Amino acid sequence: MTAAPHPRAPTRPTLRARFGRAVPYLLLAPGVLWLFIFYVIPAVQMFTYSISTGTLETGYTMTLNADAYATAIDRFGKQFLNSILYGGLATILTLAIGFPVAYTIAFRGGRYKNLILFLVIAPFFTSFLIRTISWKILLGDEGPLLAPLRHGLGLIDANVWLIGHQGIIDGRFTLVNTPIAQVAGLTYNFLPFMILPLYVALEKIDIRLIEAAEDLYANRAAAFRRITLPLALPGVFAGSLLTFIPSMGDYINAELLGNPGTRMIGNVIQNRLLVQNDYPVGSALSFMLMAGILVAVAVYARLLGTEQLTG
Amino acid sequence: MAETTLEPAATPAVATRRQSGGFRRGLQHRVLPIFTTLAIVYLMIPIAVMIVFSFNKPDGKFNYIWNQFSLDGWAHPFDWPGLGDSVITSLSVAVISTLIATIIGTMMGLALTRYDFRGRGALNGIIFLPMATPEIVLGASLLTLFVATALPPLAGGVPTLYPTGFLTILIAHVMFNISYVVVTVKARLAGFDRRLEEAAMDLGANEITTFWKVTFPLIFPGIMAAALLAFSLSIDDFVITNFVSGRTNTFPIWVYSIQKNALPVQINVIGSIIFLGAVGLVGLTTLRSGRAARIR
Repeated sequence: MTAAPHPRAPTRPTLRARFGRAVPYLLLAPGVLWLFIFYVIPAVQMFTYSISTGTLETGYTMTLNADAYATAIDRFGKQFLNSILYGGLATILTLAIGFPVAYTIAFRGGRYKNLILFLVIAPFFTSFLIRTISWKILLGDEGPLLAPLRHGLGLIDANVWLIGHQGIIDGRFTLVNTPIAQVAGLTYNFLPFMILPLYVALEKIDIRLIEAAEDLYANRAAAFRRITLPLALPGVFAGSLLTFIPSMGDYINAELLGNPGTRMIGNVIQNRLLVQNDYPVGSALSFMLMAGILVAVAVYARLLGTEQLTG
Repeated sequence: MAETTLEPAATPAVATRRQSGGFRRGLQHRVLPIFTTLAIVYLMIPIAVMIVFSFNKPDGKFNYIWNQFSLDGWAHPFDWPGLGDSVITSLSVAVISTLIATIIGTMMGLALTRYDFRGRGALNGIIFLPMATPEIVLGASLLTLFVATALPPLAGGVPTLYPTGFLTILIAHVMFNISYVVVTVKARLAGFDRRLEEAAMDLGANEITTFWKVTFPLIFPGIMAAALLAFSLSIDDFVITNFVSGRTNTFPIWVYSIQKNALPVQINVIGSIIFLGAVGLVGLTTLRSGRAARIR
């Protein structure tokens, strides 16, 4: 409407003529500002509180002391270790489950590819919290899984030795409130984050490369190890990070499915900031979590030799 | 590396190993599909539990043990103090934050793919940072900022965001959604055929007309996908919201605060409604885009 087809009147450069090279900056401004004010500044503020002293009532003054960090390491080292342990276990388990699944979807999905992918992301359509509560129902002492085993077959208490003492509370076999349930919940909740990037990486592989390897007398195992696996590494990298980072920081699975001894660093951060109003220690803890994850990512990238990934 | 496989000495060994291909093929053909099916079942189980237990009539306050079939929950889905309000809050936050984040994020996505400017490479990397930061750190750091606006030296000098509430939830949701929108829109723009725009301009359309008549309709599916993603992230968010919600309850926050004292069947009902609604919505969009693709 605004521009009638009129070859003599080139209306083309108006926008550029008026705003010139400012156009990209104008487009970026709102987003960059929002992220600066509500992502960068909070991080700075959090660091400031971690080296401050004071209370919520009197306000905080930056005293540049590291007391909060000392307290954090001293009192909550166990929870940090729990985070690494359970987050790491969940990551390994999602990789072990996710790789064959992603491989099957990518190479053998056929016309069911989209359906399977849809089923993989379907859990996202329910609330994270409700999914975890569902696990609590499912694994409960009288839940759909254990009740039939206990009452119908009387198997459970006889087979306690199979799982070891982790699963026994008060001489009874239970799953809820044990590390087993907690790791199962973490694995469940983050499995799609592992499958999707693995699928994307595997799907991109040119099948002719594998055929070429086999033509050159590589057996299937060698072709997998030399061709498929290296080409899938970016997916392994992305998937592990997408699983490890949120499961490290998670506190819902620990709270709903674990017990006080399996609490993770997220539980402590939440407690310090929302219950105790202890901003210096809460900030120090989350700053350390952040820094720890950045270091872990860097080391992991080096180990996998995937510098080219980020480029 | 290639030389080792070409070594003639290796050939007989390879040939013998090839005979085990039948077993491996069997593995690929049977074990993998079975494994995948089991994994999908694992992913579906909690959803099934949620839906099945929405028809339970729990014996007591906690809906943990199956008692008897009942439609009570579905007949009175909001029959619990605070539940209806929390669902309304969740929906409002999700709609408003999706709108803001989608507009801001699409603008950024356009700038990052179509213009060359200083700092573009850096910004392309930086945009991933909020996605790579653990949610708990995002929530905790936002809370420290909001608290700081109410304490000296900032107190009184800046608009106060503490005590936290609806506005701070909204701010947080827009913040974590922007990156997801940018990345999704960029992916859509990456395969964009710019000759279509050139054609429009050759035919005399100016930049704004070209954008609305050519570019926008073509990237609209990407924008819709980004908006859907933002909406689902927002309506589901618990970790960040828990830090910045104060006394305002979204649905997940309400569930979290009540589950210590009771587990009403209504939680499963609302969860099932959200699930079925989302599945229906995605199903519809997939069907429509599938049909569009076939027409093309």
